Amino acid sequence: MSDVSFDSKIAEREAGFGDYFALLKPRVMSLVVFTAFVGLLAAPNAVHPMIAFASILFIAVGGGASGALNMWWDADIDRVMKRTKNRPIPSGKVDADDALAIGLTLSAMAVIMLALAANLLAGFMLAFTIFFYVVIYSMWLKRSTPQNIVIGGAAGAFPPVIGWVVATGSMSIEPWLMFALVFMWTPPHFWALALFMRSDYDDAGVPMLTVTHGRRSTRNHILGYTVVLAILAIGTAFTSIGGPIYFLVALVLNLLFLKGAFDIWRRDEDASETDNFAVERSFFKLSLLYLFLHFGAILAEALLRPYGYGGWAWL
Amino acid sequence: MALKVEHEIHKRRFGRNMGVALVLVSFIFVVFGLTVVKVTSGDFQPQKPEVQQ
Repeated sequence: MSDVSFDSKIAEREAGFGDYFALLKPRVMSLVVFTAFVGLLAAPNAVHPMIAFASILFIAVGGGASGALNMWWDADIDRVMKRTKNRPIPSGKVDADDALAIGLTLSAMAVIMLALAANLLAGFMLAFTIFFYVVIYSMWLKRSTPQNIVIGGAAGAFPPVIGWVVATGSMSIEPWLMFALVFMWTPPHFWALALFMRSDYDDAGVPMLTVTHGRRSTRNHILGYTVVLAILAIGTAFTSIGGPIYFLVALVLNLLFLKGAFDIWRRDEDASETDNFAVERSFFKLSLLYLFLHFGAILAEALLRPYGYGGWAWL
Repeated sequence: MALKVEHEIHKRRFGRNMGVALVLVSFIFVVFGLTVVKVTSGDFQPQKPEVQQ
């Protein structure tokens, strides 16, 4: 063996800092940071900026750690799917054992630090979220039931609740409304993706609704969930975290989202293939904006509250 | 031939080490900041005043 071949083998195996960072699913982490931040600011109690910053940071690290553990567990199916085959483990940049070690270490650190920085309940909620995403969703449900996305969506819905608990140290109905918003939004968002990334989940053997119940049934499900989501999202406008700004944003977005879901429901496979799933793709893009703007509107109401303009009281 | 050959792997290793160093230093600052806030906001005061006497 020459020095050159020895060197190139090491070079292939050694990961850079960016590869380890990619294990934490930065894009999912940005959603976690944003929704947790909104949950924290929407709460009635003021939090010291340093404690708020540290808490959001540890929630983000906990979310990232659960992403690393998910990648460790799912490396075999990630290798098969087009969308995920370039992730650090299937592409050979990071060892699966390293991902496990990083995931476990960061999880423990994030939970302990959040409990110390904010309160015990917040730490417990973060621990439960990581457990839910890694054990309940990734290990148990993802490969065994077509409802995987529905139940798994709960994991992504916890951050605004944790943000609220950081500020208040207790539970109330409002953070669970934000939870319900993300929870009900997740299935139509992912099922639209499953409609146009068609072969991915089939190849990996993941029992996505498109595979187990067919694509017609998936279109029906998208419409059904979107109707319930719209009622919930608009109804939230009349609670203490809502207000006129949120109401207007929710009204416009939900009408657009309902129209998109209705168009998906009305189409058949032939029509979708003719324009390469244009309606499904635009619905998926709209779904990203949908969640961002709903939480943005809740944030706007919360930020205006100290000046007397948040909620319905000032009208 | 140069005595010391700089391989691409050395740059990558340096980048990784710098990244880890920055994360650790930032962590120290976060813990320090938290400690200052907790102490100055009275979170660590004994609950019974007579304990201080």
